[in-house]
Amino acid sequence: MKNIKSMNLKTIILVAFIFTVSTSCERDPSEDVQFATFNNNGAIFLDSPEGLTDDFFKSFDPATGANVNGFGVDENEAYKGTSSIRIDVPSSTDPDGTYIGGIFVDRGSGRNLTGYDALTFWAKGSTTAVVDQFGFGTDFDENKYAVTLNGTELSTGWKKYTIPIPDPSKLIQEKGMFVFSANTASTNGIGYTIWIDELQFETLGTIAQPRPAIYGGEDLVEETFIGSVSTIIGTQTFNLADGTNQTVLAAPSYFNFQSSNLEVAQVSELGVVTIVGQGTAEITASLANVRASGSLSLQSLGDFTPAPTPTRDPSDVVSVFSDRYQSAPIDFFNGFFIPDGQTTQGAAPFGINGDNIMRYTELNFVALKTLNTVDASAMTHYHIDIQVEKADIAPEDFIRLSLLDIGPDGSSPTEGAYTISAADLIGNDWKGFDIPLSDFSSFNRSNISLFFFITDGTSPNPGAITDILVDNIYFYRE
Amino acid sequence: MKTMKMNNIMKIVSCLLLILVCFSSGCSDDEQIVASADNLIMQDEFNVDGAPNSEIWGFDIGNGCPNLCGWGNNELQYYTDRPENVVVNNGFLIITAQEESFGGASYTSARLTTKGKFEQAYGRFEARMRLPYGQGIWPAFWMLGADINTSPWPDAGEIDIMEYRGQEPTKTLGSLHGPGYCGDEEICDEPNLTKTYELRNDRFDTGFHVFGIEWGPEAINFYVDDVLFRQFTPADAPGPWVFNKPFYMLLNLAVGGSFVGGPPNSETVFPQTLLVDYVRVYN
Repeated sequence: MKNIKSMNLKTIILVAFIFTVSTSCERDPSEDVQFATFNNNGAIFLDSPEGLTDDFFKSFDPATGANVNGFGVDENEAYKGTSSIRIDVPSSTDPDGTYIGGIFVDRGSGRNLTGYDALTFWAKGSTTAVVDQFGFGTDFDENKYAVTLNGTELSTGWKKYTIPIPDPSKLIQEKGMFVFSANTASTNGIGYTIWIDELQFETLGTIAQPRPAIYGGEDLVEETFIGSVSTIIGTQTFNLADGTNQTVLAAPSYFNFQSSNLEVAQVSELGVVTIVGQGTAEITASLANVRASGSLSLQSLGDFTPAPTPTRDPSDVVSVFSDRYQSAPIDFFNGFFIPDGQTTQGAAPFGINGDNIMRYTELNFVALKTLNTVDASAMTHYHIDIQVEKADIAPEDFIRLSLLDIGPDGSSPTEGAYTISAADLIGNDWKGFDIPLSDFSSFNRSNISLFFFITDGTSPNPGAITDILVDNIYFYRE
Repeated sequence: MKTMKMNNIMKIVSCLLLILVCFSSGCSDDEQIVASADNLIMQDEFNVDGAPNSEIWGFDIGNGCPNLCGWGNNELQYYTDRPENVVVNNGFLIITAQEESFGGASYTSARLTTKGKFEQAYGRFEARMRLPYGQGIWPAFWMLGADINTSPWPDAGEIDIMEYRGQEPTKTLGSLHGPGYCGDEEICDEPNLTKTYELRNDRFDTGFHVFGIEWGPEAINFYVDDVLFRQFTPADAPGPWVFNKPFYMLLNLAVGGSFVGGPPNSETVFPQTLLVDYVRVYN
């Protein structure tokens, strides 16, 4: 105790507080006033579930492929104490579901977690594996303060994991205590076991250096239209005691969003950006008073004219991308083929007044891929609506459509191509194409998976087609 | 002037607490050898904005070349005395490591020294600082024997009051280097004397902490805040005890180097700042 000069600020505040309390002239709230405070227990599972609902584990919907069988408590394995949570991740061919995941919910009205700074747990796997999702804040209700850590690497020895709380002050009544989701993508489809122990919210005091971000920290520039709706995805990054940076997905409600021009763009508390007028606006955000990196600069071009709504009978249609029909699940909208020189930008489609439209910019070639293959063997035509976003079509302009069938086992690809020439293209308006499949170069049509758009957009050719809008991709029969 | 008031309050509070502690513990000395050094003989509270006080501080400029490229530790920064790298502002000395091309280096920073301006044997040397963070970030508050020009390192002796790896934000090291025992295996048969102190439920880059030594003829005590975490005595040294003559102080923020296991990585955030609230010396 030689170092008397180093008494810290806390001590001063404490003394000042005592002084203030003992001499305060402020009116105190009446004794009848009751402030609502919620249980602040941080424990979730030590040797048994702590204050969770009777069913302990609520699975994701089996309709999404969730396997409800593999969850339990293991009395023979523990990091500390006598038992641990045991999760048997099903194999990729398990008929009862190919992934396991769900949530733990507080059995009361929710917990006050404002005094904690992280969710922590010990875990190990029967093999090394990458777990898709750990987190908290998912309650199968609003999921308002959901936090997700993706891609956690498990080892076969017990290891402590830390999921920082993006802003603890928000969690005054949280019901979603834990969420996880695991599949066998990292184990070649072979099932394995995860053990989790000492699952709890903790005050570590070492969760530091917050660096929130939206749009992955990038400053995006986009053209858009009135009625366009999109949702902001945000992250929070902290530096942990071991020096590593931990980045989690943080639900929009952790952020404060700002639009520089409310007459052009508005952002809701849930991070939904809605374009309401013509002009420019910049979207920015902060989290717990720290400015988030990343922004979205919008130029709204005004009203949007949608592609004509398809009218064909759904029973004669196999749809890939159209809000009019039941369409195939999409694996990705912008297949990136490194290092083929692809430059095409544009990813998830944007929605305008409930209609989803794809937009590709800096196009040279790009592929949309469906999650499962599409069977068009009984169909006769391919339909697509395209709007070329420039006024004048040059004689050398073209858009080549290419459809790749990967065969029944994915190993015998055949490709059919059809080129739309400049004469058939118009600028700045929708044009629908109904192309007989017999006009494509010969290919199989039972297992179509990739849908290419090819232009010469980034060649030196001036005026080439770089930006297109696409809607209503479907096969039909006449 | 805010700091001055704070210090007064601190003194009052400290006295009160000291009285409390004395009553409750009897203030019995443990077996540590304690140097009583309460007479403030030098201080820089960094209350004058601008360049650091040139009566106390000089600068080492450059990358150490040609004689000591990388400052003997494969460090990557080029030291300057520009305000971008060192400035007094709002009551703090601010040493800033920047990622920029300068003088053939990829980083710039600053290194202050009291060489030829303030040199002393024995006493209590302390600084209140908030440290930077990140892989490859290496701040230090340390001392070198003032006879280093005639008695080259490590013979002149080195006292590291605070050394810290940005990738280990909860740990600080106190170390002694002397003849035959130092952090360079090519020069020394024995390693330097060193001790790591780790904060619990806290870290060095989120708030201010006091790093100091109590240095007497028989021992050097290393402390952080009110925790004395290690004492080294001549008996601990595997070579001659050279800590019996004047030393000068250094404050610097290195980037990269052997001690921090190499360069910064893609996750290291720049700029990084070492904030110094005060440097005080007592005898």
